Amino acid sequence: MATLTVPSTVPSLSQDCEQLRKAFEGWGTNEGLIIEILGHRNAEQRKLIRQTYAEAYGEDLLKRLDKELSNDFERVVLLWTLDPPERDAFLANEATKRWTSSNQVLMEIACTRSANQLLHARQAYHARYKKSLEEDVAHHTTGDFRKLLLPLVSAYRYEGDEVNMTLAKSEAKLLQEKISHKAYNDDDLIKVLATRSKAQINATLNHYKNEYGNDMNKDLKADLKDEFLALLRATVKCLTCPERYFEKVLRLAINKRGTDEGALTRVVTTRAEVDLRIIADEYQRRNSVPLDRAIDKDTHGDYEKMLLALAGHVEA
Amino acid sequence: MAYPDHLEALNKAFSGIGVDENSLISIVANSNHEHKKSFRKGCSKLFIEDQNGFERMDQSIIKNLKLEFKRFRDAVVLSLLHPWERDARLIEKAMKKGQKHYDVIVEIACTRSSNELLGARKAYHSLFHHSVEEHLATHVKGCERKLLVALVSAYRYEGPKVNEDVVKSEAEILSNAIKNADKRKPIEDEDTIMILATRSKPHLKAVYEHYNKICDKSLTEDLEAEGILKDTVECLCTPETYFTRILDAGLSVDGDEESKRAVTRVIVTQREALVKEGYAPNKIQGILTGHYKDFILGSLAREEMNKPL
Repeated sequence: MATLTVPSTVPSLSQDCEQLRKAFEGWGTNEGLIIEILGHRNAEQRKLIRQTYAEAYGEDLLKRLDKELSNDFERVVLLWTLDPPERDAFLANEATKRWTSSNQVLMEIACTRSANQLLHARQAYHARYKKSLEEDVAHHTTGDFRKLLLPLVSAYRYEGDEVNMTLAKSEAKLLQEKISHKAYNDDDLIKVLATRSKAQINATLNHYKNEYGNDMNKDLKADLKDEFLALLRATVKCLTCPERYFEKVLRLAINKRGTDEGALTRVVTTRAEVDLRIIADEYQRRNSVPLDRAIDKDTHGDYEKMLLALAGHVEA
Repeated sequence: MAYPDHLEALNKAFSGIGVDENSLISIVANSNHEHKKSFRKGCSKLFIEDQNGFERMDQSIIKNLKLEFKRFRDAVVLSLLHPWERDARLIEKAMKKGQKHYDVIVEIACTRSSNELLGARKAYHSLFHHSVEEHLATHVKGCERKLLVALVSAYRYEGPKVNEDVVKSEAEILSNAIKNADKRKPIEDEDTIMILATRSKPHLKAVYEHYNKICDKSLTEDLEAEGILKDTVECLCTPETYFTRILDAGLSVDGDEESKRAVTRVIVTQREALVKEGYAPNKIQGILTGHYKDFILGSLAREEMNKPL
């Protein structure tokens, strides 16, 4: 369930563009106006606004936002304004660069998007970076991480609900064997996670628990310091219970001393139109504090206001 | 009555690739009992004298005839299918048939455009209710698995931009992988697979050229012993060579069944490219026969392509 709220009567495109233009005029920027407009339009509307703005004023709205805004507020607005496939391509590309590299972000994008969303992200990647996502992932990750991430970003999973119980049993057994031998980077193990449909993986993990007693992720906690294992566990979570994965990312981001704005921005902008409502409910359940209250306590200024707008917060 | 002409014509109708349906109609359809008996006695290639007093058709001939009659049908169906469905079905069949047919999977994964391959993957979902990657990863058990899964999962960038430095270093990497073939099979080498499965085709063509410069032989020559890895490089870097080789093998007198099937596949799927390059149907005239021949020749007819319907 999305948290984004769009007014019941939306101003016309030209009105929105005019207002945005006004927000940029003069000294300083009217951030409140930007939040009010962009923070309450869905992907289709934002796309049309960008088009109309470019036609009316001859410049890319994103470039203007880049000039006018700064810091965390700028990042949240820019990421939000991008089309979801472009946004995913941008985040993925960032995750392959040396100083901002993140195996976790690559896995998150590959595993929490639908098969077609991942595809669109790969197409947007071609257009924007003149390379394929697979090339960059292949060449900027190494060892076991590459072994896992490359198939994950290349996958085009079947999306049906059909489940083969015999297969679930045999693959649960395979996984249990590999895990008990600490063969975490085994080809067959990775193959299951990287190629099977999400429904099939769910069935396999249920069977794993029934047959062997523990959640598979529990058995993958053999070494809490091992980063590859941590990525493997996160992969499983993303494929089977993404809201719990995102809740954890948010919790860690907010609890971290000083706050991890990067993660907070990423989760809010990428899930506001998808399932941030469910993630927020999970957050409240787990932390006994509503998500927007936690965001309010931990962030401030226009950055906070934008996050709250996207999280569906209604001013009392 | 002696029917030597008819006998010869009958033999001819059954030789070559495809069958001469028209001859068969005119000869066999209105043959009476006596005629047919004389065919059977006269055609030692097709019939053998059985100990129980009748002329028995050779079992392998029955099987072969089935295949030859089917050729026209297969060509038509393959031609009619949406390219995505066609490629998805070809991949699935090749996968089921086993290791000797993996080159077909390589051919499709490497000679289609990024969007065509993508389309095939989508069609695969609809037809087989699984992703092609899962099936490959499950059915291919040998050393080819990593390469095949990686190749079908590719969504290559299609622009012309190529980074010369990367080209040079990757040609070196391939060269080293080949030099170390006795320690580790190149087809299982992670870097080799990565280069071949993720880089754009213009990039790979540049790597191919550069390899030729730094080593005495070409990349395909040095991969001669490496099975589908060689096919991969050929399909990605020199597809014309690959297709010519396949067609020559299939159109030769002693081609096996798979090579002959490949002719249908290549002509139907590469039709436009073949016509553009003026692929000469001379070989086809002599070796193919019947409706199958007409269909194949028709597919390659240049004028037909531009005629408005």
